[in-house]
Amino acid sequence: MPLIELSGIERRFLLGDTTVHALAGLNLQINAGEYVAVMGPSGSGKSTLLNLLGLLDRPNEGTYKLEGRDVTTLSPDEQATVRSSRIGFVFQSFHLVPRLTAAENIALPMTLAGIPAAERNRRIAQALKDFGLENRADHKPDQLSGGQRQRVAIARATIMQPALILADEPTGNLDRHTGDEVVNLLEALNAKGVTLIVVTHDQGMGARARRQLIMEDGRLKADLQQTAMPNLAQISG
Amino acid sequence: MRLTDTLRFARDAATGYPMRTTLSVLAMSIGVAAVVILTALGDGARRYVVAQFSSLGTNLIIVLPGRSGTGGFNPANAITSTPRDLTIDDAGSLRRLPGVRRVAPLAVGTSEINFGGKLREVMVAGSTAEFIPIRNFEIAQGQSLPEEDWNRGSSVTVIGAKIREEMFGNNPAIGQLVRVGDRRLRVVGVLKSTGQGLGMNTDELVIVPVSLAQAMFNSNTLFRIMIEANSRDAIPGVKDQAMETLKQRHRGEEDVTVITQDAVLATFDKLLGALTLAVAGIAAISLAVAGILVMNVMLVAVTQRTGEIGLLKALGATARTIRLAFLAEAAMLSAVGALVGYLLGQLGAFALRQLFPVFPAYPPDWAVIAGLSTALATGLIFGVMPARRAARLDPVQALMKH
Ligand SMILES: Nc1ncnc2c1ncn2[C@@H]1O[C@H](COP(=O)(O)OP(=O)(O)OP(=O)(O)O)[C@@H](O)[C@H]1O
Ligand SMILES: [Mg+2]
Repeated sequence: MPLIELSGIERRFLLGDTTVHALAGLNLQINAGEYVAVMGPSGSGKSTLLNLLGLLDRPNEGTYKLEGRDVTTLSPDEQATVRSSRIGFVFQSFHLVPRLTAAENIALPMTLAGIPAAERNRRIAQALKDFGLENRADHKPDQLSGGQRQRVAIARATIMQPALILADEPTGNLDRHTGDEVVNLLEALNAKGVTLIVVTHDQGMGARARRQLIMEDGRLKADLQQTAMPNLAQISG
Repeated sequence: MRLTDTLRFARDAATGYPMRTTLSVLAMSIGVAAVVILTALGDGARRYVVAQFSSLGTNLIIVLPGRSGTGGFNPANAITSTPRDLTIDDAGSLRRLPGVRRVAPLAVGTSEINFGGKLREVMVAGSTAEFIPIRNFEIAQGQSLPEEDWNRGSSVTVIGAKIREEMFGNNPAIGQLVRVGDRRLRVVGVLKSTGQGLGMNTDELVIVPVSLAQAMFNSNTLFRIMIEANSRDAIPGVKDQAMETLKQRHRGEEDVTVITQDAVLATFDKLLGALTLAVAGIAAISLAVAGILVMNVMLVAVTQRTGEIGLLKALGATARTIRLAFLAEAAMLSAVGALVGYLLGQLGAFALRQLFPVFPAYPPDWAVIAGLSTALATGLIFGVMPARRAARLDPVQALMKH
């Protein structure tokens, strides 16, 4: 059973008199543990696809099965529960709450889920160690570097131990070196079994994924599987 | 989200925007402080007047010359002129009525008191020995006026505490001869100091026998007749009989007014109670205004934190969680505002009491409770709309606003 199964997905936006087909007739299967890069020109529907996969958006047509369960028909609160327990988001602009410390930002999904403070503190301590943020626990986001902020965001995305991590241009606001660090972190999570879907404009970063989805005008233009020679891909990037 | 986490989250959000938080807390606290201080003033006035009237004496019935137009008590009667004399014999006729304990005629005027070269103006009350117990006065030194025929007053006087001090200083006053107007009077007693009250200030009063006062002021009429009934229950009967007796003596004409202290008290109590309520109502309007301000502040907060709301939704917050978080924040703003306002109001009432010690400016409990609960309720009610707006935001749209 695939982790993600999209069939006949349509997502249309009305812009005045014209209809924009952000996603058109999309069929897609992603298995648990995969590492997928979504690429394509601007406006091709990458973010729309990711929002849909993250249950932040609903398709106009088609079905989305997550872990075998049709999630398009769920109520908003049921979708929230699925997001809370199964999906982690990493954004280009980090999306940290500015008034909360790094530790509090990491704890936010657990706080929202009503996990007791003792359990939260235990997991935060572990996450801070895993992401090299021990000395930054009490820092506010504006006291952190871009790389540190994205590490906090990744720690937050993984703190509920989700099956799926969705990252929309996670390195878009970072320099090359810091971006690589962040990608390494995400890949390490994938190596532990978390399904990873990354939207990127960066060819090199896209090439590191074992599977590339190339989008164009809301359609899947190419679905490239790299079963062999992942090293070659790294060299070419 | 757990309740403590919701509260902590709301608190952090409120303190994260100190300017708007301060403003809405301030608006709410001014509203509550206004309720507390204004009702303290209103109720203080009520208590002050009631206390003053009660201190006039107990089970008191007062006869005044002139007919009351309305039948009920009308404060204007207190100053209307005299159409027909109310005489000492009128007062005497009331002593024999059943249910009456004491009767005291009262004639008043101003004159000068003179002793050893010291001269000052004084209020002169012409009455009888019974006047002192009826009005709950006490004798500090010497004795009261002598029990004697009301129409033949002896040349004696009982003086107020302040008069004694000014005229005699540390020297004994009892037995001294003073000059009041054109009379030479022997001081037989000194009143205990009572301080300023409603009506006469007894400390600056000189009490002389009633017939002496009438002769001094060259008048036959009385200012008042004061009757003390045996008990509270006897008051209505005594009132009717006093009216009847005086009517007969005045050839069937109802040319006097008989009022009871109870009626006066009840009227003032009602009047000032209503005033306090009205003032509280006006102050409550400022609470509603504060509530609207809290709503505005929360709407601004929702707009300002749209990106954050989108994030919370992405992180798995349900609509209910977001609603509660924003509602808790609105409630917190108004609760803190209410608390600060309550403290400010109590401080203001305390300052009033320090400035005017005779004035019991305590806010009534009902006003405090009503003020606080109105503040909390308006904060919550006006917080619902912004909270619902936050919960209904589309997560994708909200996330883009960062
Ligand atoms: N809320 C919306 N209302 C109207 N049109 C929208 C909306 N969201 C997306 N679109 C349109 O849908 C199409 C796909 O948008 P999407 O954001 O998915 O592109 P993208 O591939 O992520 O582009 P980029 O690389 O620039 O981020 C675009 O033409 C966009 O204008
Ligand atoms: Mg995009």
